[in-house]
Amino acid sequence: MTLAEKILSAHAGRESVKVGEFVNVKVDMVMASDLTAHIAADQFERMGAKRPFDPKKVVFVMDHFFPNKDVAAAEQIKRLREFSKKHGLLFVEAVDGGIEHVYLPEKGLVLPGDVVVGADSHTCTYGALGAFATGMGSTDIAVAMVTGEIWMKVPPTIKFNYRGKLPPWVTGKDLILYTIGRITVDGALYAAMEFTGEAIEELSMDGRFTMANMAVEAGAKTGIVAADDKTKAYVAGRSTKPYRVYTTDSESDYASIVDYDVSKLEPQVAVPHSPDNVRSISEVSDVQVDQVVIGSCTNGRMEDFEHAARVLSGKRVHPDIRCIVIPGSQEVYLAALQAGLLEVFARAGAIVGPPTCGPCVGGHMGILAAGERCASTTNRNFIGRMGSPRSEIYLVNPAVAAASAITGRLTDPREVVDR
Amino acid sequence: MIRGKVHKFGKNIDTDAIIASKYANLSDPLELGKHCMENIDPDFGKRVEKGDIIVATTNFGCGSSREIAPMTIKGAGVAAVVAKSFARIFFRNAINTGLPLLECTEVVDATDPGDILEIDLSTGTVRNVTKNLTFSAVPYPEFVTELITAGGLVESVMKKMGREDKSPG
Repeated sequence: MTLAEKILSAHAGRESVKVGEFVNVKVDMVMASDLTAHIAADQFERMGAKRPFDPKKVVFVMDHFFPNKDVAAAEQIKRLREFSKKHGLLFVEAVDGGIEHVYLPEKGLVLPGDVVVGADSHTCTYGALGAFATGMGSTDIAVAMVTGEIWMKVPPTIKFNYRGKLPPWVTGKDLILYTIGRITVDGALYAAMEFTGEAIEELSMDGRFTMANMAVEAGAKTGIVAADDKTKAYVAGRSTKPYRVYTTDSESDYASIVDYDVSKLEPQVAVPHSPDNVRSISEVSDVQVDQVVIGSCTNGRMEDFEHAARVLSGKRVHPDIRCIVIPGSQEVYLAALQAGLLEVFARAGAIVGPPTCGPCVGGHMGILAAGERCASTTNRNFIGRMGSPRSEIYLVNPAVAAASAITGRLTDPREVVDR
Repeated sequence: MIRGKVHKFGKNIDTDAIIASKYANLSDPLELGKHCMENIDPDFGKRVEKGDIIVATTNFGCGSSREIAPMTIKGAGVAAVVAKSFARIFFRNAINTGLPLLECTEVVDATDPGDILEIDLSTGTVRNVTKNLTFSAVPYPEFVTELITAGGLVESVMKKMGREDKSPG
């Protein structure tokens, strides 16, 4: 069996599972956000449920329209706060909060070998820890909240092997954009993507979270990386709970194997209006932008801001550009503050915002006007995602975003960083 | 039996196209329905009539997990979606919210905008009345059919909970 199949099998109480089989699995954590939890709460009440299966395994994270962007968002969050209090759920809001997919791993709420379901498509992020994590709708999540179980169809696993050492300024974001560009947005439909190879071993946990995060952009049910020493070091100090590390038995367990030599990869850019519309930075370096966003559940972690700060240090943001920097959680914010990164951003003329999904989902704090273009470290460049249906989004890594903020056009970091 | 006029879309129709996230605070399906496909086809909400059918190519509903996507399509009056393939979260959400989905490549290829389709959900038969052609959609997996027969996921859980409440001890 593959890593993904072993986790599902263990949670279904079975010796083994087969691809395509429908199984009921026990869940270790159930998550919903301010954008989706209200429908889950409605369904929970409609079912006449008295209590969640385990209040410590249900978490509501307020992040999409947080801090409350309007009255409707405020009312929704107020209702969820009351619902959480009534049922004793984990409710994450202003104090020490953050974007769900940054927050859950850093608080040790997801461990290797876990099954996690969330009412957010980017729940697959936690696969970076060697967990089986997948997004669902609010009704499925309500059922998981009540029963502690959920039905799943066992997905085939596609192995992605990345050979070679990554060149400077080429990151997990570039690997996943390159991959989606090659296989297209339904290239892994219903499948689990398992990321392996030298480049993945070298990648930091932050880089692995970025890759797993965007597996859904290829249609995948989850993206997963087998837990190794880096994973164990990440989990240590965040959780004291025991966990299990699974690995794939043999190559023949994979539905297919894809192999890329990434030793000469350039920073990648997904151009409008699809995450699979991918080019190398050198092909698009004449594209002018109006806004730069550095943050999100894709690239809102410490390493992302270190990369951006290395580019922006001692430089100035182009006078025509809004450069918006959004740490993914309060923990990341504090770490960036202590490391002096926030001062680098502020001195460069960037705006540092509170942890929120904000502009990525077209919520607030950086909405685009018609005709405007944004270089963004987020995950989707669909039409109208960040505002006007006539705006454009270019998906990039944090260093490319920072370099573009300096020049006002899509820019390879090597162009602006002093050697 | 579902009978309606076809609105045709291409591949990878994403959830932001189906309903922009700025409307995520709405929960009234009729209100949501007015904004259906707004980002890619601003007049769709006005043009669509009750009972109409959406026909699309591959990966329909990709993107976000927002359950308001199928709710919006239903709210716009659309009776069913026929596509070559569906994104997986959207598929679950449609089953859970009672929006019929049919997977059938041949129908999609043979159908033009404005054609009239007749769909028999019990057999999965899709007839293009305009062109007088009949096709069979890929049947739902047995597991999913059982869920639908039980009245949906929530209903099946409620029945199970009811049984557990009555069980001794």
